[in-house]
Amino acid sequence: MKKKGIVSLMLLSLLLSLLTACGNSSSTNASGEQSVIDAGAGEGATELSYWTFVELHGKHFEKMLEKWNAENPDRQIKLNVTVMPYDDMHNKLSIALQTGTGAPDIADIELGKFPDFLKGTPQLEPLNDVIDPYRDTIVKSRIDIYSKDGQNYGIPTHVGASVAFYNTEILEEAGVDYTKIETWDDFKKAGEQVYEKTGKYMGTADTSAAWQESMMLAQQGSDFTDADGNPQVNTPEMVKGLQILKDLQDANVISTIAGGQPDTEEAYGEYNSGNYATAFMPLWMMSRFTNYMPDLAGKIAIAPIPVIEKGMPRSVGGGGTGTVVTKTAKDVQLAKDFLAYAKLSEEANVEIWNTLGFDPVNMKVWDMKEVTHNPENEFVKYFKNNPFDVLNEIRDEIKYVKSVPASPTINNVFCTVTLNEIFEDGRDIKEALDDAQAQIEQELQ
Amino acid sequence: MIKRFLYSQKVAPYVFVLPFILVFLIFWVYPLGSSVTMSFQKITLGQETEWIGLDNYTKLLGDKIFLKSVMNSAVYMLCTLLILIPLPMLLAVLINNKFMWGREFFKSSLFFPALTSVVVAGTVFRLMFGEMDGSLINSFLGWFGIEPVKFLKGQVTGFIALLALATWRWLGVNMLYFLSGLKSIPDDYYEAASIDGASAWQKFRMITMPLLKPTTIYVLTISIYAGLAMFIESLMLWNGNNSPKNIGLTIVGYLYRQGIEKSNLGYAAAVGIVLLVLAMTINMIQLAFSGLFKKED
Repeated sequence: MKKKGIVSLMLLSLLLSLLTACGNSSSTNASGEQSVIDAGAGEGATELSYWTFVELHGKHFEKMLEKWNAENPDRQIKLNVTVMPYDDMHNKLSIALQTGTGAPDIADIELGKFPDFLKGTPQLEPLNDVIDPYRDTIVKSRIDIYSKDGQNYGIPTHVGASVAFYNTEILEEAGVDYTKIETWDDFKKAGEQVYEKTGKYMGTADTSAAWQESMMLAQQGSDFTDADGNPQVNTPEMVKGLQILKDLQDANVISTIAGGQPDTEEAYGEYNSGNYATAFMPLWMMSRFTNYMPDLAGKIAIAPIPVIEKGMPRSVGGGGTGTVVTKTAKDVQLAKDFLAYAKLSEEANVEIWNTLGFDPVNMKVWDMKEVTHNPENEFVKYFKNNPFDVLNEIRDEIKYVKSVPASPTINNVFCTVTLNEIFEDGRDIKEALDDAQAQIEQELQ
Repeated sequence: MIKRFLYSQKVAPYVFVLPFILVFLIFWVYPLGSSVTMSFQKITLGQETEWIGLDNYTKLLGDKIFLKSVMNSAVYMLCTLLILIPLPMLLAVLINNKFMWGREFFKSSLFFPALTSVVVAGTVFRLMFGEMDGSLINSFLGWFGIEPVKFLKGQVTGFIALLALATWRWLGVNMLYFLSGLKSIPDDYYEAASIDGASAWQKFRMITMPLLKPTTIYVLTISIYAGLAMFIESLMLWNGNNSPKNIGLTIVGYLYRQGIEKSNLGYAAAVGIVLLVLAMTINMIQLAFSGLFKKED
């Protein structure tokens, strides 16, 4: 008996020391995971550094770098990729750019943070000259969101068309046909049926992301900001959109989710165990399904988002990553040329779909059946229907929400305070929005 | 010449304290000075800094989120004082007791949490206090028929999680301070008290507490500062600096949000100065009350 006690004590101390060991290693991880991609580069290759917050983006660059190095033997590149958590990477990049030392040559900046990097004189290289050759082939608005005063500072990754992801297993159990859902009224009826029959929620009421509000505004031709870029978050359109969502919540059709929105670790778990039937998200959510929700393979169908009234646009571009070249880059021209090649060329756009499962900004790819319907593609395999069938159906309806200097502040106020007040505390929508407007204006002073 | 210099009794002390003075000047006085100047400036990425006088400070006064963060830090500090001084003192007295069973085991196991990194501890606590039915605390509450609680989305419940983390982590450290304080109290006093027929409570009240006063003042001082400067615990517990309705936002969290996340360095510097003034004032008052500045007789 005594021996057992000693053994368990030893085990306990071992466990605790492991825990502290983890603690140490994770604090070093905060400075990022580094890897150098050679991709067949020779001796004279230039080493460029690249920061990102999405590990997969590095994989895409790896593929494109191999092609680049093979095609440009005299301008070969070694890419030093550092992956950091979202907030850390943006904060570090911001400090590095402000102080003028320590910034990488190439970096990913998420759309939500991009306006912060355009404040004052951007410490980024304008990319107009390398974008020009591809300008006609890519969606213009995706370049515009990373621009200031006619200068393009970021190269887009995807369109990010918002779609609905339906868990057909739950819907079938409840006897709901998702293809018949066109308006929010249809969605409500279907949702009530799902809740009644299965006790599960049809969808989420997001509190930590504003995708749903973007969708509602885009359908009504409105925006978070007015034509001059001033915040306008208490408009009748916003009130109406939120009222529809609140009404859905009151009818037990949608409910708040752990993590606050579908694109969080907690929510992946909830979806994977089949507790929610729908996610309204930009198309890049596909890669989250394949990576984090393996149990749902073959069960998820993609469809256009319901609208308030038939005929309204059914999608909005959501999120995005602009890849930039910093002013302190070692070889600015090389970095720019490679970046354009790796993200804008037709091959690159095909790879962006193949590797990342994003809707590429070169819309020609959307029509390449052999690429989009390739039965070997992991995304084609995972989903019940082909994403591009839906994308091509809504391709002319994809609206955009402006990204202006006020956007990060608006987003911050909405995702920390306003949406929580409305969906968690049941606060009056108009009051909450008026407060949000005042708060945003005060912060922007 | 060099030898004389080195062996000189006048110079040597200065040489010895030089490293400290240098560190103090470079890493403390200089940043403090530049923070003060920055707090009167508007600093924008890649642009000339602009002198704006007291604008940052007047803006702070009307900034609801800043006031919220001050409130949060103050409440957190008070709660940690109420928990993390009496409780460790009590535990230290218990562990110091010769009749206590397994003293060494409790001593080390209570201290262990302090060795874990806040990052890991915060993440574990976030999962423990998760809002799903299956999270540790909620499944525990489930045994008693209590509905799952969304801990990290409510002000009070969020603070319960935050204080649980703080208690778990700092209990052992404060206990060690008190233990070392207890060791310096001679046994004679207790013996004498026993002979006079004092009860255990009387001994604690009349001997232990007064003689532990220096330790208590020290723990109080660092706890006030630590409570006001708390940041990483909140950052890890909410997996980022943006807690719902800012329930976990602290003064340092707000400084970080303005300075690092929004690159509004001038404004952030003003936040930092306010924090400094606040912590200094509270600690000075506290130290004055506890009689630290009185000349010894």
